Amino acid sequence: MKILVGVKRVIDYNVKVRVKSDNTDVDLSNTKMAINPFCEIAVEEAIRLKEAGIATEVIAVSVGSSASQEQLRTAMALGADRAILVEAEGTVEPLNVAKAFAKIMAQEEAGLVILGKQSIDSDNNQVGQMLAALTKRPQGTFASNVTVDGDSVSVTREIDGGLRTIKLALPAIVTTDLRLNEPRFAKLPDIMKAKRKPLDNTSFADLGIEVKQHIQLDKVEAPAARQGGVKVGSVDELIQKLKDEAKVI
Amino acid sequence: MATLLIAEHNGTELAPATLSALTAAQQIGSDVTVLVAGADVKAVADAVAQCAGVSKVLLAEGDSLAHDLAENLSELVMSMASDYSHIMAPANSVSKDTMPRVAALLDVGQLSDITAVLSGDQFQRPIYAGNAIATVTSKDATKVITVRAAAFDKVATTGGSATVESIAAPEANSHSSWVSDELSKSERPELTAAERIVSGGRGVGSAENFALVEALADKLGAAVGASRAAVDSGFVANDLQVGQTGKIVAPSLYMAFGISGAIQHLAGMKDSKVIVAVNKDEDAPIFQVADYGLVGDLFEVLPEMTEKL
Repeated sequence: MKILVGVKRVIDYNVKVRVKSDNTDVDLSNTKMAINPFCEIAVEEAIRLKEAGIATEVIAVSVGSSASQEQLRTAMALGADRAILVEAEGTVEPLNVAKAFAKIMAQEEAGLVILGKQSIDSDNNQVGQMLAALTKRPQGTFASNVTVDGDSVSVTREIDGGLRTIKLALPAIVTTDLRLNEPRFAKLPDIMKAKRKPLDNTSFADLGIEVKQHIQLDKVEAPAARQGGVKVGSVDELIQKLKDEAKVI
Repeated sequence: MATLLIAEHNGTELAPATLSALTAAQQIGSDVTVLVAGADVKAVADAVAQCAGVSKVLLAEGDSLAHDLAENLSELVMSMASDYSHIMAPANSVSKDTMPRVAALLDVGQLSDITAVLSGDQFQRPIYAGNAIATVTSKDATKVITVRAAAFDKVATTGGSATVESIAAPEANSHSSWVSDELSKSERPELTAAERIVSGGRGVGSAENFALVEALADKLGAAVGASRAAVDSGFVANDLQVGQTGKIVAPSLYMAFGISGAIQHLAGMKDSKVIVAVNKDEDAPIFQVADYGLVGDLFEVLPEMTEKL
């Protein structure tokens, strides 16, 4: 079984974003970029399935600028066998990303697609679900455990109030939550080897997809800053303030 | 055209997030129809019918809707989608699973987690873990939207007299099925619905020590929350996580013990009315957003507060 895994190039999660002074977007110039953390978990899960003998091939797929090659090389250093870049400039909307994955999923006859549940830039949490809808396949979102068994996969999902396990017929789409696994670090010899692994370039036009704009970004602003309050010296003072001043207890 | 809002409930009771999402839905300016879907949810539909500003309630009951499978629920929403210009739901683990599926089936985009309705097609939503606020315009005929409940006031649960109309549940799909649930059993209030939350972070040190946090929470009738660091360290389950990657909360009182205040945590609680921070590091960033800060050892402060309240 082939596994497709999604990789998105995003701002490194340790970097604080700044809004551009003209409020058109956030300023990403000279900013450290990395694999989206949830995508890293997806790559790790796919590699583990290959190590367990369940997957025959792991293909990392990214939709984005040519700079995304860097993140695809990282995914291959971690263990993906090859990579596909759907090259596109600027922000690509989730539905268009899902359409690209649907095409590649069909071309590669993938049995399982593992994606991060959301990217830490646009925070949409949509692509996996949209891909499942477009391909008419089942979905297991926010996964904390994935067990492939023959022609089905059991997915334990993080839901409000606890965990829910569902069973999906393959091919299926899974999106990762934080506790699914702890991603490994790439080793130097593997980083060298990854440079020689195949990386194919394609585009929306090559895939026969018409890119549509659904949501227009009008303005980006910094959020209203919350003002810090006072420091209190003791528990007694804190309780008194909460009772008499804030009136919340 | 009317607005369809999908109610959030736990099978027996209407979740307060629905009341907040109703406010957002009413700001669109059209009639609001609320869809209540589940196995046996007549009581929830009756409760929704009483809420202020609801024009109609659609009740769909059936085994295929018992466990919120997105494949079945999206099928149900699609069966009525053409009657509505806006399809909305409070952002929760069911709607996050289902709504993008609905959007893709309609070939439209989805607006996730909106925090303001500026007009029928313009909205605000947080991006980059709440470090930036985007104003966006939907260009689609049908707008599919999830609503961040903490950003909207709740409508009154009385004063309405909407009719409840039963509709058919969809057939169960053949690709996905429910196996089991492992829900946290707790007498404490739900995090996203709680008026008070007591949270612990890495500073709490261990799963056993979380009993101190729980003791104060129980004294205050509060929910227990945690930072991602505490969840990653294995102190508590992930469903207690407050932050951009966990639950977004806005209680009247949020008390943070041993939480440094990472950006991703602040994104989940900074809309709380009153924030209290207790941390032994006086430079911890959490103090920059706290209304009341106490520099001290949580292992002394927690028991003392629990005793004195």
